[in-house]
Amino acid sequence: MNPVNYLYLAALLFTIGASGVLLRRNAIVVFMSVELMLNAANLALVAFSRLHGNLDGQIIAFFTMVVAAAEVVVGLAIIVTIFRSRHSASVDDASLMKL
Amino acid sequence: MNGTLLAAASTTSTGEAVQFWILGTVAVLGALGTVLMRRSVHSALCLAGTMIVLAVFYLANGAYFLGIVQIVVYTGAVMMLFLFVLMLVGVTAADSLKETIKGQRWMAVLCGLGFGILLVGGIGNASVGTFTGLAEANAGGNVQGLARSIFTDYVFAFEITGALLVTAAVAAMVLTHRERTERRDTQRELAEKRVREGKHLPPLPAPGVYARHNAVDIPGLLPDGTTSELTVSETLRSRGQVRDVSSKALSDLAALERRTEEYLGRGESTARGGPDEGGGRDVRDAADVRKDVSDDSPAVGRDRDADRDGDRDREAAK
Repeated sequence: MNPVNYLYLAALLFTIGASGVLLRRNAIVVFMSVELMLNAANLALVAFSRLHGNLDGQIIAFFTMVVAAAEVVVGLAIIVTIFRSRHSASVDDASLMKL
Repeated sequence: MNGTLLAAASTTSTGEAVQFWILGTVAVLGALGTVLMRRSVHSALCLAGTMIVLAVFYLANGAYFLGIVQIVVYTGAVMMLFLFVLMLVGVTAADSLKETIKGQRWMAVLCGLGFGILLVGGIGNASVGTFTGLAEANAGGNVQGLARSIFTDYVFAFEITGALLVTAAVAAMVLTHRERTERRDTQRELAEKRVREGKHLPPLPAPGVYARHNAVDIPGLLPDGTTSELTVSETLRSRGQVRDVSSKALSDLAALERRTEEYLGRGESTARGGPDEGGGRDVRDAADVRKDVSDDSPAVGRDRDADRDGDRDREAAK
């Protein structure tokens, strides 16, 4: 099997995630699509690590995971705050900064 | 772990190819499910499946530490956080399928396709022949190798990531914490406010009619014979599970008792048995009278009295 298959899979997952961000309007699902894109990038990094025979790719993937965890915490807190004030998690409703 | 296991070989075996095609299909299906499922809980479950498949791919690629971290952090912590927020926000909140911007969906699909074609074209141009393999890099162990890099070359990034995590934790607390801006009302002020609003102040009246119907779904009767809304829980009222006994149930009961009489073959003929018993009789009579008074219909009460007398007769005959 050609190692490039892993990269194609990562590209496919990233594309699906990007389309999800554009298509969906529920803020939580948009957020999950972003997570999917991050995971796809991680897969590519791990495959690169094996391609080149050093661990730098895995370390960058590790940092990506940490940043993604922090991002999820803050993002979900923002979604909960918006839901409290607007009673909706749709990104269409949050078109203004103020209520 | 021995060297061959840690190697993540430079050549791929047939087994890995089979694994890739099967699990890759599952991963893509999960990703599509994440984007296309209408309910967000289904989306979250599909995403969790995709993440587990990716963890297997990490393990297959020699990233043993990352594979475990993927399962623990992503499917364990991040997806659970997503599910928590989904439950807070409301599971039933399905996306409306109405387009707010005209043609947005087609534009999005077009953008996605174009982006994917660009990516695939870029990868196709790259000269990716074979894996170098991680045999050398993983020689001293995958975790040890990662640790050596993190605490030497990447130590600054590592420190900054730690600061980021602390900031994120504080940010989440600040964002979800709601500050009380006005003074909390005292008990006296609350009581005065309730009286001023003219609400129902004392405890709600109990449900039930007399001692016979004390079930919670039977409203109590007001002095004029109508039912009182206050006596029955609002949940039962909104479900339409309130039983009204003000008129119907009493006649039902009388009919039931009459039918029982006919079935048992006891008519008025057996009533009023012999004056066999002495002292206890007066006491029981008094009790019967009280029952008659408290009973709904005197006729029913008398029938039952007759019944009991009949039984007593039979016992006396023995």
